Amino acid sequence: MNAEEKQLVEWLSDMNEDDALALAKRMLFEDKKDPLRVLELCRDAMDIVGKRFEEGEYFLPELVLAGEMLETIGALAKPLVKHAPGEEAKKLGKVLIGTVHGDLHDIGKNIVSFMLDINGFEVRDIGIDVPVDKFIAEISAYQPDVVALSGFLTLAFDSMKETIAAFEQKGMRDKFKIMIGGGQIDETVRAYTHADAFGVNAVEAVNLCKGWMGVAA
Amino acid sequence: MSAATATPDAKAAYDQRWQRILDCVALKQPDRMPVVLYATFWLAKYGNVSCRQLMYDYEMAREISERAVLEFDPEAYGPLFLNTASGRPLEAIGSKQIEWPGHGVGDHQPYQYLDREYMKPEEYDDFIFDPTGYYLHTYLPRVAKAFEGFEDLPIFPGLHYFRLIAGMRSFAKPSVRAALENVIKAAEEIDRFVGHHVAFTERMTSLGYPCTNGVTAIAPYDFIADYFRGARGMMTDIYRRREKLLELLDKCSIFLLKQAVAMAKASGNPVVFIPIHWAPDAYMSDKQFRELWWPSCRKMLIGIIDAGLIPMPLWEADCTKRLEIIRDVPPGKCIYWFERTDMVKAHEVLGDVVALRGNLSVSLMTTGTPQQVDAAVKHLVDKVWAKGGKLILDASIGLPDEAPVANVRAMFDAARRYAG
Repeated sequence: MNAEEKQLVEWLSDMNEDDALALAKRMLFEDKKDPLRVLELCRDAMDIVGKRFEEGEYFLPELVLAGEMLETIGALAKPLVKHAPGEEAKKLGKVLIGTVHGDLHDIGKNIVSFMLDINGFEVRDIGIDVPVDKFIAEISAYQPDVVALSGFLTLAFDSMKETIAAFEQKGMRDKFKIMIGGGQIDETVRAYTHADAFGVNAVEAVNLCKGWMGVAA
Repeated sequence: MSAATATPDAKAAYDQRWQRILDCVALKQPDRMPVVLYATFWLAKYGNVSCRQLMYDYEMAREISERAVLEFDPEAYGPLFLNTASGRPLEAIGSKQIEWPGHGVGDHQPYQYLDREYMKPEEYDDFIFDPTGYYLHTYLPRVAKAFEGFEDLPIFPGLHYFRLIAGMRSFAKPSVRAALENVIKAAEEIDRFVGHHVAFTERMTSLGYPCTNGVTAIAPYDFIADYFRGARGMMTDIYRRREKLLELLDKCSIFLLKQAVAMAKASGNPVVFIPIHWAPDAYMSDKQFRELWWPSCRKMLIGIIDAGLIPMPLWEADCTKRLEIIRDVPPGKCIYWFERTDMVKAHEVLGDVVALRGNLSVSLMTTGTPQQVDAAVKHLVDKVWAKGGKLILDASIGLPDEAPVANVRAMFDAARRYAG
């Protein structure tokens, strides 16, 4: 990694948005740097952000700001990437995520979605207040490795339980792992809903998925 | 607190119940551990009606609320009617921030707030310079249909002499006339709604039961995060617009305090409930909390105390790491209600400063058994109340909507069995 590359990683991971975006633009449009290399540097920065989050130095504002910086650079870099057929970056796994029926909350779900995305997972976010039948139809079509059920209200406990029970009835329960998350979710709720795991934040969600996909967290 | 009681016995019972709460606030041990009944849509489960019925039928909401208070015999009850029966007022103002039964959610679902960006990042200066003008011209029409048309109101500051006459012409515009008619219609419905609340409160007073709090206020940071910038906007503003955010927080702390004190004094109840959303350990760093969140909130808490009132923040989620910081209030003046913070730890850190309220967990109350609820109450009694903690027992955020009635009975029975 040369000095300029190191600088980009440092500015991104230190939340220095203005300087980081200006440097990324210069690398992409003036220096004609390989856009895949710039995206790789973004992932390096995100690894640092994730570590700082786990160590208790960073919190939600940093995850969200880092996510927005990466989205901005990604939108600039991706049109510049020239793919040979079949040359798409290999994803770690497929995650289908949605807020269970009856619940309209999406702040946590959205943070988990983009954290999974920037950590190399293919994510399909099917929104809020998702009926059981829609989960089943989407899962059948998408064939995810992990299904993530989100919910903030206490009514989500029963919605999650009902949704997971429906997966069992359809004979699809063993085809993917299920994680749940949201403001009130704890081990008691995990046991009640029969999910495989719960997470209290987006980094835990990423680590759960990496663990299930056999990737070092 | 006014106590327009029907009989001397009821007045004595009212006074005795309320004194237990006041003793806790003053850090004196009352004769028994107070237990409060705070609920929103748990009342639908209790009354075996839909959320929609509870939201729209004023008489039904009052009847079910009264039945619950009489069955559980708490030291105080939350504003049960106000918390639930707001369907007609929401419809009257045409709320765009809330979805409620028949308006975005089903009949058996509670109302839900929509986290959105209700204030654009470039509008900080407008809000800071002239909060009232910003409300009238921008915010109110954006968040409630009844106010659509207020965009066409005149810009009031600057009107003078003959400009005053010209400025008033705006009131002849069809858009402004329609808005004013809608607002008056909404106000009439809200007057009926509040009238029922007052009648319910007076009825409960006559039966000997005080209400936990008169009004609800909000911490400045949460006010901006929840109702203006939205979660994502606020989290990025911490970095992108830090100085503007601090300036606005400072300004908000002044008018939010003024409003809370005026409303609490009008209500006759000294307790000011402040649900706290953005303080949890997981949301921001200690440094951010100390610099961005706590100063404006503390300013409000002190202002409320100085006005002779009792702030009752509900510290949502887990705020264990904040305990040492939020200890910085005068002793014997506040009730700190905790959701998921370890109450034993809260007692250790704050026991000599504030009364504590809570905190049987939502998952336990919803999915546990009456025996497990009994054990959880005993744990709090043994580890907090019996150790001298001024504990007001409640579920962690009031009763969860889905809590089985048997678990609520277990909560009250255990409280009386183990602590008076």
